Amino acid sequence: MIPLINYLMIGAILFALGFVGIIINRRNIIMLMMCIELMLLAVNTNFIAFAQYFNDPSGEIFVFFILTVAAVEAAIGLAILVLLYRRSGSIDVKDISALRG
Amino acid sequence: MGYFMIKELSLLVVLLPLAGSLIAGLFGKKIGIRATQAITIFMMIGSFISALFIFNAVIFGGQSFDGALYTWVESGSFHFDVGFLIDQLTAIMMVVVTFVATIVHIYSIGYMKGDSGNQRFFCYMSGFTFAMLMLVTANNFMQLFFGWEGVGLVSYLLIGFWYEKESAAVGSLKAFLVNRVGDFGFLLGIAAILDYCGSLNYSTVFAKMSTLSLTTISILPHHPWSIITVICILLFIGAMGKSAQMPLHVWLPESMEGPTPISALIHAATMVTAGVFMVARMSPIFELSPVALSVVMIVGATGALLLGLLAFVEFDIKRVIAYSTMSQLGYMMAANGASAFNAGIFHLMTHACFKALLFLAAGSVIIAMHHEQDLRKMGNLKKYLPITYITFLIGALALAAIPPTAGFFSKDAVIDAVHASTIVGAHYCYIVLLIGAFVTAYYIFRAFFMAFHTKEKMDEHTRSHLKEHWVMLFPLILLAIPSLLLGIFIVKPMLYDTPGFLGNSVTVLPQYNVLAQMGTQFHGVWHQIKDCIFTLPFWFSVSGIFCAWFMVIVAPQCQTFFAKRFSWIRRLFIAQYGFDIFNNWFFVRGGRAMSEFFFHTGDLKIIDAGMVDGSGRNVSRVSSLLRKLQSGYLYQYVFVMIVGLLGFLIWLVW
Repeated sequence: MIPLINYLMIGAILFALGFVGIIINRRNIIMLMMCIELMLLAVNTNFIAFAQYFNDPSGEIFVFFILTVAAVEAAIGLAILVLLYRRSGSIDVKDISALRG
Repeated sequence: MGYFMIKELSLLVVLLPLAGSLIAGLFGKKIGIRATQAITIFMMIGSFISALFIFNAVIFGGQSFDGALYTWVESGSFHFDVGFLIDQLTAIMMVVVTFVATIVHIYSIGYMKGDSGNQRFFCYMSGFTFAMLMLVTANNFMQLFFGWEGVGLVSYLLIGFWYEKESAAVGSLKAFLVNRVGDFGFLLGIAAILDYCGSLNYSTVFAKMSTLSLTTISILPHHPWSIITVICILLFIGAMGKSAQMPLHVWLPESMEGPTPISALIHAATMVTAGVFMVARMSPIFELSPVALSVVMIVGATGALLLGLLAFVEFDIKRVIAYSTMSQLGYMMAANGASAFNAGIFHLMTHACFKALLFLAAGSVIIAMHHEQDLRKMGNLKKYLPITYITFLIGALALAAIPPTAGFFSKDAVIDAVHASTIVGAHYCYIVLLIGAFVTAYYIFRAFFMAFHTKEKMDEHTRSHLKEHWVMLFPLILLAIPSLLLGIFIVKPMLYDTPGFLGNSVTVLPQYNVLAQMGTQFHGVWHQIKDCIFTLPFWFSVSGIFCAWFMVIVAPQCQTFFAKRFSWIRRLFIAQYGFDIFNNWFFVRGGRAMSEFFFHTGDLKIIDAGMVDGSGRNVSRVSSLLRKLQSGYLYQYVFVMIVGLLGFLIWLVW
């Protein structure tokens, strides 16, 4: 039996990777969305690990919800991305700063 | 005549001038100059006759009236009526005011001939009479204050009557401002009375006052002052402003910028005596405070001498008489301070007659000289203006207190009363007033000789037009009669009879009753006239006249000698003891510096730059810092979000 701590470590590493990806990625919005997915997956990993550990299926059920919502979110994000590209001709993160004060 | 009639008549006395004033003011342009003059003068005569009836009923019939006529203000427990107190003092004042006012109205027909502001002038003058009558008839402090402010307002309007002249506009402003200083004290006094007595009605206040004799108030810490003294001093500050006592006298010389009838009516005969009247009216309060009595006497006597001295170097005929007014007001105040209220009021009456006479005679001279007021440009006018000459002489004799004129009896009584008084400062005041008698006689006869005797100094054109107007002579003669004879007839009932004319309308405590003491030495009018050669004031006056005669007619070169020898005194007099210089330096420049400070530092810097502009500028400065946080880059937002989340987490776990 693999101990819980290993799963949690995996989750944490995945989350950190996603987070760092968001912070240091200055070029591509698609990369950004992938990093968000990665972070969500890291959370899912934690959920499943705890569900196994506590022998409670509600964590696993929750993962399904998260996966569904993540898929929806990815679809909407990609749609926005397409529109954005049509409008500005770029998907560069640096160029998308309309909220700049 | 019953109780009812006095009330009706006093209403008539007070309201007729108001009606005249309103008609002249509202419809004057429509009905024309003649009709305006006729109506206002008719109203004044009606008022005067009613006042005479009241005088008769009150003085000889022994009636009086004290009651409310109309409720003006009702606020919580405070209840304020318009009411009349008609007793002997009021009756005398009513007659004096309406008499002089009527005469001055008639005189003004001649003096204001050809002036475009005739209706306005008559409107103001009747309005003044109304306010003055409200002042003397009041039975409560609020109404007294109403009349007090009313006469101040009209005085301001009339000094600035020729408002195109800058000196007139400035003079009126000065009069107004200096009076505000006095009125401030007066108002504080009234407030203190309301606070401690709970009422403003004279009768209630006077009854309550004696119970307050031990009450004290601490204005400065650890210095308890008797509340009665504080009230008296505050009221007297008001009287100082209105009656031109030192050091609030500075406005009266400037007030001579107004038309001469106004100088006669307001700034000599009636309004400026309001302070004297008020102190006499408040005699039940003042009698309880020996300190206040001393203050009144010393301030009055000092002013009587020092302000009279200023007339020595004055060459404007009206200003000479103005200084003499201040000096005589000092005499009246000194009499009040010596508890000889009867003598004060008596001098007020005779002074009203002879000072109005002097002013109107001066006005006649000024009109004849085509508005020339400089004594140095007159001379030998007796040849051209014989009736003015005689009446001015009568006025001057009365002012110099030469028997048997009215002024002799009243001024003699004042000086004797101060002599007999035993309160603090009485000796000093007696000496000062004696010297004042010399000074008075000197300056008025100096003006008299310079104007009517000596060589002619006017130019040919003026000389060929010198003549008197009958409409201006008639009032002069009317005033000359009481100036000459009033004293002979009323000195006994006014001062020495019990009950005299004033009866019990003024209160004198037995220990201060100097008049009773003087009454024992009074053996009739003729006796007093005969005995005058044994009294000091008479000889002081005579020597004053003699000096004036010597200096002006016999040896004019003496004047230049004295001017050179005592040039510093001369400069002091011309500078009027530096009151104006001090006021200009301290109050005007100080006020301006303070305003500059509040304008530049307070308003421009703190409020405008600091608070109004500053708040806007600070908002934009802070937001320009904050906008740097809003980079618009998603990765930064995310970073902040995560850091915040971590922060919360740590805070939660801790």
